[in-house]
Amino acid sequence: MRVPLSWLREYVDLPATETGRDVQTKLIAAGLEVETVEQLGAGLKGPLVVGKVLTIEELTEFKKPIRFCTVDVGKANGTGEPQEIVCGARNFAVGDKVVVVLPGAVLPGDFAIAARKTYGRTSHGMICSGDELGMGDDGSGGIIVLPPEVEVGTDAIQLLELVDEVLDIAVTPDRGYCLSMRGVAREAAIAYGLALRDPALLDVPAPNSFGYPVKVADPIGCDRFTARTVVGLDPEARSPIWLQRRLQKAGMRPISLAVDITNYVMLELGQPLHAYDRSRIDGPIGIRRAEQGEKFTTLDGAKRVLDAEDLVITDNRGPIGLAGVMGGANTEIADHDDTAGATTEVVIEAAHFDAVSIARTARRHKLASEASKRFERGVDPQAAAAAAQRTVDLLVLLAGGTAEAGVTEVVAPSAPRTISMPADHPDRVAGVDYGRETVVRRLQEVGCDVYGQDELVVTVPSWRPDLAAPNDLAEEVIRLEGYENLPSTLPRPPAGRGLTERQRLHRRAGRALAGAGFVEAPNYPFISEAVFDQLGLDAGDPRRSVVKLVNPLSDEEPALRTTLLPGLLGALRRNDGRGSHDLALFETGLVFRPTGEETVPGRLPVDRRPTDEEIAALNAALPHQPRRVATVLAGAREQAGWWGKGRPADWADAVESARTVARESGVELTVRADQHAPWHPGRCAALYATVDGEETLVGHAGELHPRVTKALGLPERTCAMEVELDLLERAGEGVLQAPRISTFPVATQDVALVVPQDVPTAEVEQVLREGAGELLESIRLFDVFVGSQIGEGKKSLAYALRFRAGDRTLTVEEASAARDAAVALAAERTGAVLRGA
Amino acid sequence: MSAPNKSYDPVEVEALKPAEIERMRDEALAAFAAAGDLEALAHAKVAHTGGTSPLSLANREIGALPPQAKAEAGKRVGQARGVVSKALAARQAELEAERDARVLVEEAVDVTLPHDRVPAGARHPLTTLSERIEDVFTAMGYEVAEGPEVETEWLNFDALNIAADHPARGEHDTFFVAGTDGGGGTTQAEGSGGSSGVVLRTHTSPVQIRSMLDREPPVYVICPGRVYRTDDLDATHTPVFHQVELLAVDEGLTMADLKGTLDHMVQALFGEGMKTRLRPNFFPFTEPSAEMDMVCYVCRGESVGNPDRPCRTCSSEGWIELGGCGMVNPKVLVACGVDPEKYSGFAFGFGIERMLMFRHNVEDMRDMVEGDVRFTRPFGMEI
Repeated sequence: MRVPLSWLREYVDLPATETGRDVQTKLIAAGLEVETVEQLGAGLKGPLVVGKVLTIEELTEFKKPIRFCTVDVGKANGTGEPQEIVCGARNFAVGDKVVVVLPGAVLPGDFAIAARKTYGRTSHGMICSGDELGMGDDGSGGIIVLPPEVEVGTDAIQLLELVDEVLDIAVTPDRGYCLSMRGVAREAAIAYGLALRDPALLDVPAPNSFGYPVKVADPIGCDRFTARTVVGLDPEARSPIWLQRRLQKAGMRPISLAVDITNYVMLELGQPLHAYDRSRIDGPIGIRRAEQGEKFTTLDGAKRVLDAEDLVITDNRGPIGLAGVMGGANTEIADHDDTAGATTEVVIEAAHFDAVSIARTARRHKLASEASKRFERGVDPQAAAAAAQRTVDLLVLLAGGTAEAGVTEVVAPSAPRTISMPADHPDRVAGVDYGRETVVRRLQEVGCDVYGQDELVVTVPSWRPDLAAPNDLAEEVIRLEGYENLPSTLPRPPAGRGLTERQRLHRRAGRALAGAGFVEAPNYPFISEAVFDQLGLDAGDPRRSVVKLVNPLSDEEPALRTTLLPGLLGALRRNDGRGSHDLALFETGLVFRPTGEETVPGRLPVDRRPTDEEIAALNAALPHQPRRVATVLAGAREQAGWWGKGRPADWADAVESARTVARESGVELTVRADQHAPWHPGRCAALYATVDGEETLVGHAGELHPRVTKALGLPERTCAMEVELDLLERAGEGVLQAPRISTFPVATQDVALVVPQDVPTAEVEQVLREGAGELLESIRLFDVFVGSQIGEGKKSLAYALRFRAGDRTLTVEEASAARDAAVALAAERTGAVLRGA
Repeated sequence: MSAPNKSYDPVEVEALKPAEIERMRDEALAAFAAAGDLEALAHAKVAHTGGTSPLSLANREIGALPPQAKAEAGKRVGQARGVVSKALAARQAELEAERDARVLVEEAVDVTLPHDRVPAGARHPLTTLSERIEDVFTAMGYEVAEGPEVETEWLNFDALNIAADHPARGEHDTFFVAGTDGGGGTTQAEGSGGSSGVVLRTHTSPVQIRSMLDREPPVYVICPGRVYRTDDLDATHTPVFHQVELLAVDEGLTMADLKGTLDHMVQALFGEGMKTRLRPNFFPFTEPSAEMDMVCYVCRGESVGNPDRPCRTCSSEGWIELGGCGMVNPKVLVACGVDPEKYSGFAFGFGIERMLMFRHNVEDMRDMVEGDVRFTRPFGMEI
């Protein structure tokens, strides 16, 4: 809502010294979001006067037609001689009154005017357009042509009210009444403690039976309909300057007198109005729901197919208006230059429609109008008659019309709304002792009637449909007493338990990976299903089953991720493209896996807690959303430097990153070779952990398939890991049992075992551990050797075994026996042969 | 070793003559002093203190002396050996110190060499800032609550007093999830919602609802997480962003408690003397509702009306907009089975991206979402 300060002052006697900024501050404190204060005519300096065009000489030798004019500006130029002005506009004739800016003046935008040569003549000033004066669009597309009655030489700055301040207020959905001057004025009056001159307090004639006939078939959709008729309108009458200017400042375009008046009254009182050309209505006006599929053309020329829920205004032929949203082309007011002849008789509609119905219709037809915007947020039903009267008055005054005596009012009976509330309720909401007296006074200021002592019975004003519960009233009191005056106290929550295990693991995983050199890169979860082909997933891969969006940002990426890799690999590619080639990235986040059994949740009520079954049904509508962690690596894992050579990132770094995360949840991963897209079939590790007593696959790691790196435009040998963090959390062993530390000396034994190439080292180590028995303190693989010395298809694994007993110093014989037992078991299970044996 | 010989004349034993002992001692001292390095000293040591050195040999002769002569000779030789051994130790220490000094000089390195062998990793500042905020509240006794990002409309809207026809529902630019009928090709009219009744949550408020459904009051939770709105990515918008919301439901909670909690938070995050300001606003899920601002932590409001000291952080407004807050609308409590006659609550929420932008002077939202390591790395482990 754009509120010109000069207009606002008509209803509230704001101190003359108050600037727009001052008023802004006050209104913000009262809860109106005044976004800007526009300074109209800032920097404007005269002389800017009314002139009369005396002569026009058409200059034709230029690319576009140019006019050399002489204009009578009276004594404004000091000489009284006609002013010679070159002008490019063509929408005026000899004898027209125009706005002339003279040399020495400054127009908005720091545009200084001086006599200057142009098109071979000297132009002593300019004939102005609305744009040049900062007036906004007047629809003329050229210079301003003033009404003939204005006098030559008149100061146009005053005449056109060019200097003003306009408050731009973003009205929240609960404050529909502030979509009017009346509503904003009420708030300003309360904020300043001044009286309000309520423009809706008008004498309105009582309804009678000889007004224009109206039949309301749906009193729920339309609980009030006022119709008034004005005849004998002067088709030549135009909107006076003041009216046009107020509309312009409020952001509306002047159109024609009758339309301008209805818009003006809507801005003033908040009541949307519609003027029908009476000669174009056939029979009584009706209000009903549309028939499904009924067709209708609105004022904007759009053909619309109506829904059975749409409320329509009709005459004998069918719909003539989409109620509360937009009128019909068939009964549109005709302009004075309309070929069919201008409108001279109008029926004014001031009605009240159901907010939800209007909201649905506006949304259904994607048609948000000034009227629908107001009806959706709630219009004061009691102001309808006054608004109709105000419209009639202006039509009589400005268009020379005559009001017919008939007054139609169809009103569905309704009682005023009351709210019961303990008098100290606002105090208890705020934590402040306002006291009953203050509470009552503040409620009265917003228009409530208040009765009662400890228990107040509050009748809310007709323009505040948002006031429906005690907390709504509390807010009125607290905001008017000033949010800025609320004290600052702290509640005392019960003692907390800190983060959950899941949350701690999430943090630890991130810290551990960052500590290992990985940089976190969270990505959008939107993916294209084409990425599954690039990743080389089988047709039946469960990761291809996605949750899809109805309205994705990009039609290319309509699905939600089922794996973190596409997003994270995208970040890797982006970094690589920007010149960072040695990369280790990680991400933790949810993936979205349809259960395949999602149900559509029924409409649950909100007037009670849903039952446990209903909550379960809500959750059953959702896909599975586990938290995962992923890493990707490319380029060098260790940089080359003065210390020696670097080392490229490889599959082992990816696997190790999984172990890094697993360690944080106290889980030892079991690693097995696997073939799983998008990984390299020979360099892919499946990762297992014991979850709820069962060995469970928790993720994969390794080097990506070369086809995948190619398809995704990734650096060669890019590696990746993805693990389900939620599974790791469940696999956690709980509280760690402290190890017993022996202080007896260690006995170290090294063994080198030759095994077939395809025996996994993890298996060899496992067997050695088992065979070595309890005396084994630790085992470490310190070398892997492949070469002709040990034979084709074989590899040599060198292990350091450390033995120690808790109660004695081991003898060499004991340690050797344990080692021999380990080797013997390895030989038996894996075919290992002691090297050199 | 010789047996005692009573007739033996000590004077006749040349090696035990006083002058001879002195000579042996002085020769040893001279040899030690002359030793220029530890190796030479080691040779001198063998020559003058070893088993075949003159003093050792002399010492050996003492046993052969008559008892009356033993004491005197023993004392003389012992003293000489004591002096020699002391001198040896002193020279040894001297030469070792010289050697050490030389070796340490030789071992000197250029300590200014870089060592970026494995460059440091980092956590994303959105993660760490969110955690920092969580920590402020867990320290006060709040729990951190989490919930699904794909959420039902009932939890995201209805339970929060945003009915299907509420104007506020249209203002949330919502991603709707298609039904599971395969294609999900039912392209709904804009804003009319998907038939699945499921959306990408537009705020973390459904987690507040879940918290109330999950437990009996009092409820004190903080709900961080990712949320979604259909904005295109540009310098100041992102369709996927992070929020932190707070919910407190207890007996007798007031708006003053809300204000105090906000004040505490900005002090914990931005330092002593920080405060917040509430401005009336409207949200369906709170009543009364407010917009919350915090005083600009850079200029502390001193840039207002002071063109000589403009403030970039708050555009010389003195205040920075944080987010929305208010007292939980009793209708929301009812929908969660909480008795509004007995309990009241307050809630607030704000965007982490915005706070990161003004707290760390980030100019472009895109830097936070593109995962460029050059942006993230400087933020390290904590924020």
